[in-house]
Amino acid sequence: MTSSTFPDKLFNVTLVGVGGQGILLTSDILAMAAMHAGYDVKKSEVHGMSQRGGSVISQVRFGTRVHSPIIPTGETDILVSFERLEALRWAHLARPGAKILVNNMDRIPVTVSSGLQPAAQNVDERLAAYPGLILLAANELAVQAGNLRTANVVVMGALAKLVPFGEDHWQAAMRERIPAQLLDVNLRAFALGYAAIA
Amino acid sequence: MKKLLSANQAIAWAAYRAGCRVAAAYPGTPSTEIMEHIAEFAGAINCEWSVNEKVAMEIGIGASLAGTRALVAMKHVGLNVAMDPLMTFTYIGAIGGMVIINADDPSLHSSQNEQDNRSLAKFAKCLLFEPADSQEAYDMVCAGFELSEKYQVPVIVRTTTRTAHTSTVVDIGSGERSETPVIPYVKNAQRNVAVPAHGRLMRFAVEKRSQALRALTEESPFNRADSGTGDIGFVASGVAYQYVKEVFPTAPVFKVGLSYPPPLEKIRAFAAGVQRLVVIEESDPVLAEQIRAAGIPVVEPKTELHMMELDPVRLGALRAELLGTPPPPTAQPETGLPVRPPVLCSGCSHRGAFHILAKLKATVCGDIGCYTLGSAPPLSAMDTCVCMGAAIGTAIGMRKAGLPNQRIAAVMGDSTFFHSGMTGLLDVAYNNIPITVMVFDNRITAMTGHQENPGSGHTLLGVESPAVNIADIARTFGIQRVHEVEPYDLANLEKVFKECLDCGEPAVVVVRGPCVLHVKWAGKYINTVDEVKCTACGSCFRIGCPTIVRGAPKDANGRLFKAKIDPQFCTGCNLCAQVCKFGAISPVK
Repeated sequence: MTSSTFPDKLFNVTLVGVGGQGILLTSDILAMAAMHAGYDVKKSEVHGMSQRGGSVISQVRFGTRVHSPIIPTGETDILVSFERLEALRWAHLARPGAKILVNNMDRIPVTVSSGLQPAAQNVDERLAAYPGLILLAANELAVQAGNLRTANVVVMGALAKLVPFGEDHWQAAMRERIPAQLLDVNLRAFALGYAAIA
Repeated sequence: MKKLLSANQAIAWAAYRAGCRVAAAYPGTPSTEIMEHIAEFAGAINCEWSVNEKVAMEIGIGASLAGTRALVAMKHVGLNVAMDPLMTFTYIGAIGGMVIINADDPSLHSSQNEQDNRSLAKFAKCLLFEPADSQEAYDMVCAGFELSEKYQVPVIVRTTTRTAHTSTVVDIGSGERSETPVIPYVKNAQRNVAVPAHGRLMRFAVEKRSQALRALTEESPFNRADSGTGDIGFVASGVAYQYVKEVFPTAPVFKVGLSYPPPLEKIRAFAAGVQRLVVIEESDPVLAEQIRAAGIPVVEPKTELHMMELDPVRLGALRAELLGTPPPPTAQPETGLPVRPPVLCSGCSHRGAFHILAKLKATVCGDIGCYTLGSAPPLSAMDTCVCMGAAIGTAIGMRKAGLPNQRIAAVMGDSTFFHSGMTGLLDVAYNNIPITVMVFDNRITAMTGHQENPGSGHTLLGVESPAVNIADIARTFGIQRVHEVEPYDLANLEKVFKECLDCGEPAVVVVRGPCVLHVKWAGKYINTVDEVKCTACGSCFRIGCPTIVRGAPKDANGRLFKAKIDPQFCTGCNLCAQVCKFGAISPVK
């Protein structure tokens, strides 16, 4: 790979959400697709406690040569959030004007439902203040695809429209990573997400 | 062949490639996946989940002395458990190559402390590698087996959470195994039996070996200088190297890969070519102290870099300090957002027991596992958590100290009980200590992602094994009062817990119920709230179930809310129905 193949600039994607939403599968497939497209890739995430309904973050960087697995604050090119509150929580990681792709759904933290902390105020208005905001009805599209659990793949399809490499690389990664019997519903979910972005 | 691998996956590939024949581990974040991936090579590598890290280490030692290559893996605090065998094995010395994977956890992502185990490599006079990415993890494990055999030394490879769980592109060559011959076993008491007379001889041999290792590190290709421009030079190890390359892309960098013993002469030569030498390493100043002690001046930055994980932003602050420029602006996060800590899952078999412990106002010495989450509000049902197995000893100590609360419980999970709780329980029986030991037995090692254990009835490879019964163990130890209870009947839990906590003699309660994430029993019923009967009293919110959410406000002032149950996530465990005094929650098909 030569530096003329790709610009020297790194491309940074941060994926956030709540444990159990399929964030890690999504970032796996993104990283595999970027590698398939010929980039150097690093995908970084933290397992463990975070899987028990906590806030989860995964970072994928690709380019000619990637050093740090952690994306510097303020240099995320696309922030993908599987839930609205988490989008707000991590919005400062994104570059000013960066695309912020959000599954338009809420998971109320137990700290709020149990009355320990007040709910976040004005989430709609605060999200709308980010010019790159894209709200996606991923849950509805997932049901349309045939399984609510594919909401993460709907988001993945939308993300595919926003990255600088072709859809074919995603398809290849999905075929490698997703079990054969689940592939069809996931490919449908991906296509719905892809089509949802102008 | 190129693959996208985490360091944990790359280590498994390297073990396969390097002809490793025996591997043993106890699960612990961030090291767990190593053995899960080694299991994919089970035809070539005899691998197991060991009962604890000490046993895993001893298995590695036996395999090495029998002449085969062996790998053991554990998290940083796991190496504490395994230090006893290691400290003498380093005297005896490896025969077949012995590689110890030690996964440190800077920032305590999933651990109780942030110890930097590189100091333990120095303590044990071992070789220490610090991979900066998955390719290096692969290469260092392969090299580690060879060096371990050549120098008869245990080799530690220190990953960190970041390297362990970052996937990077790895060239695994042909991906084929290179079979290394087993070194024929020779009985040799003077070499392998560490008694004082032999140990003294070994002690001198270790010193001689350390001299050879100091020469080796100066020649190692894993220790190298990247040329650059500018008067500031960096020494960096592990993933810290990546941050230096990102933030100071043109600076000269001395990359330390084989970091104990450190290549002090090479670093001295590198330092001579720069005006200022800065050492960047994750956690303690282990390298910096050794470099300073060798008489090489090292800059001591004011920017704090020794606690918590490093990242490019922290090195950006260092850059500003070194260049005398104003600190770079950092984007501020949104404020006023509720936190989202990890919680016990919807339907978790631990929830009811913690609810009752809190209700009975017991002093609860806790332990390491999912159930440590019982310490968090709203359950707030735990007083202490120290390390694996510590619940029982801590509870004994509290009782002996004369704690005014008569109700003292030790709580741990099944895997923790087998790991190092059993010895504590034996102490309870032996010394007749009036505490209640509660084992929350979900028949799996849940927190690390459902690994088999001696209670689960299966080995790492899924082969059937005796499912050890914890109540039987307690009775065998001589505990008279032993109960087994099911986890979702709150009235019975309260009755049994109260009786045991107040009985004035040793007691054991095994709360038996499978992990709800592991055994998908949910689906028969879910719970729903009758909005009319719900008085918004908040009782059900206080069991901390993530599925019970706020529904409609009770009245106009909006401070009290009726309960609502999210049908997508409800498992129908029925705990909420049992805490509702108004009969507003019921199970439905």
